Amino acid sequence: MAIIHEGLSEEFKYVTKPNEQEHIGSMFDSSDLLMQQIAFNLIKGKNNDVYDLVKKALDEGYEANTVLDDGLIAGMAIVGVKFRDNVIFVPEVLISARAMKAGMEHIDPILSASGVEPIGTVIMGTVKGDLHDIGKNLCIMMLRGGGFTVHDLGVDTKPDEFIDAVLEHEATVVGMSALLTTTMPNMGVTIEAFEEAGLREEVKILVGGAPVTKNFADEMGADGYGSNAVECVQIAKDILGVNKG
Amino acid sequence: MSRVNFLDSIKSGITLLGDGATGSYLQTKGLEPGGCPEYMCHTAPDVIKGMAKNYFENGSDFVLTNSFGGNSFMLEKYGHKDLIKTLNIKAAQLAKSEAKDNQFVIGSIGPTGEFLQPLGDISEEEMGEAFHQQISALLEGGVDGIIFETMTAIEEITLGIKTAKQITDKAVIGSMVFDKGPRGLFTMMGITPEKAVKDLINSGADVVASNCGNGSDIMLEVASELTKYSEKPVMIQSNAGIPEIIKGKIVYNEKPEFMVKNYNKMLDLGVSILGGCCGTNKLHIKEFRKMIDSNN
Repeated sequence: MAIIHEGLSEEFKYVTKPNEQEHIGSMFDSSDLLMQQIAFNLIKGKNNDVYDLVKKALDEGYEANTVLDDGLIAGMAIVGVKFRDNVIFVPEVLISARAMKAGMEHIDPILSASGVEPIGTVIMGTVKGDLHDIGKNLCIMMLRGGGFTVHDLGVDTKPDEFIDAVLEHEATVVGMSALLTTTMPNMGVTIEAFEEAGLREEVKILVGGAPVTKNFADEMGADGYGSNAVECVQIAKDILGVNKG
Repeated sequence: MSRVNFLDSIKSGITLLGDGATGSYLQTKGLEPGGCPEYMCHTAPDVIKGMAKNYFENGSDFVLTNSFGGNSFMLEKYGHKDLIKTLNIKAAQLAKSEAKDNQFVIGSIGPTGEFLQPLGDISEEEMGEAFHQQISALLEGGVDGIIFETMTAIEEITLGIKTAKQITDKAVIGSMVFDKGPRGLFTMMGITPEKAVKDLINSGADVVASNCGNGSDIMLEVASELTKYSEKPVMIQSNAGIPEIIKGKIVYNEKPEFMVKNYNKMLDLGVSILGGCCGTNKLHIKEFRKMIDSNN
């Protein structure tokens, strides 16, 4: 592992689990100072700096994919760990996500034009009847930070809308969120709708939200459950068999 | 018997009992999953009155109005923004019509669902205006106090409390929801109980409180933190456990007897106002009443 950026090596100290040290550390194996500056500024939520540095890197001839993987995604991995471990909270994650978005403004057009395949396409929405979206939006930011293409259906998403979006975007993962205990059962209703449409085998369905539990997810017949936005990325990768960082 | 005021009751140090859940109650009375509970003040006033009656009859000293999501931001999402004033006034009046002497009605104000700038798009003026609208309407409907509940952002709740304090001398309660994470108790936005107590009191809260998010075991830990730091009265409204789905139905597992044990310990810690949040019903309130009466 080679972290040469001083601030970033301080940030890396928040990664304390050996397997994560190895995994996240390996993301910086081949990165140079510029990539690490991008990662560091993303962690610190400096969107203007991330915007400028990503532009600079691309102008200097770095591949868009390299900047994405070694700069933005690697930085987001540390943000995820800090969030899960209560070092930072929703505000800081939102600010880092904004920095990610600033960087992606340069990267997205290049990737779209080059036809590079994302590691997976995810349809996300808060279920029917539920108007809460903070958790879902965090998951979306984390998933995008993790290299997924995400289509956001917003709040109050009816089962048909999930199905139509899966067909339209050829998505392989559906993520559903609910904050209200009263709307949680609509996750099950949506899963049934996929069964009735004959599409249940085509997609993996992940669920989450404050009142949602693993037991609940199992009972509904979901393929995966995450208790927070960081887990969301790992679970989506596991379920698609993606081992890449 | 002469009518005492809610704030004086709190200050007297007597233990007060609030009500149980609103959402799960209304669901048993026809609220669609994800429907707008506040709109029922308009469409089903008898149900809302009946809910207040149900809790008062089972021992509540005060009930909360059915106005949790009655701010302009939330009502707009339901398409009822034009009814802000009407729904909040009605919420207060309907509950108030069931209150006898020494029974109180507290206006419930939940989160706006928006982030203040710079995190979000909403300015302090806009959010303050939303709170002002709701507080004024609740007061017009006759509430005895205001509670800001289920809050996670300290900027939002303190803005609400300050706004309320500018309009009224009645009691203002600030109630936040804490999660237990690997490093202890924090709100989703990273606020510790210690910071919550300090900032809520500084902004003018008469009572510091916590509600929702947890069963009574973790709420006991929250109570311990709040009472440690607060010189103002502390209020706890716990969920009846974490909801589980059993055979397609949502079940809250904490029975009244279980919660009473933890609530008793909370009284020992110095908590002086108790109530119930999600999953608590009249049976819980009845047991809490018995416990409080046997302690008083």
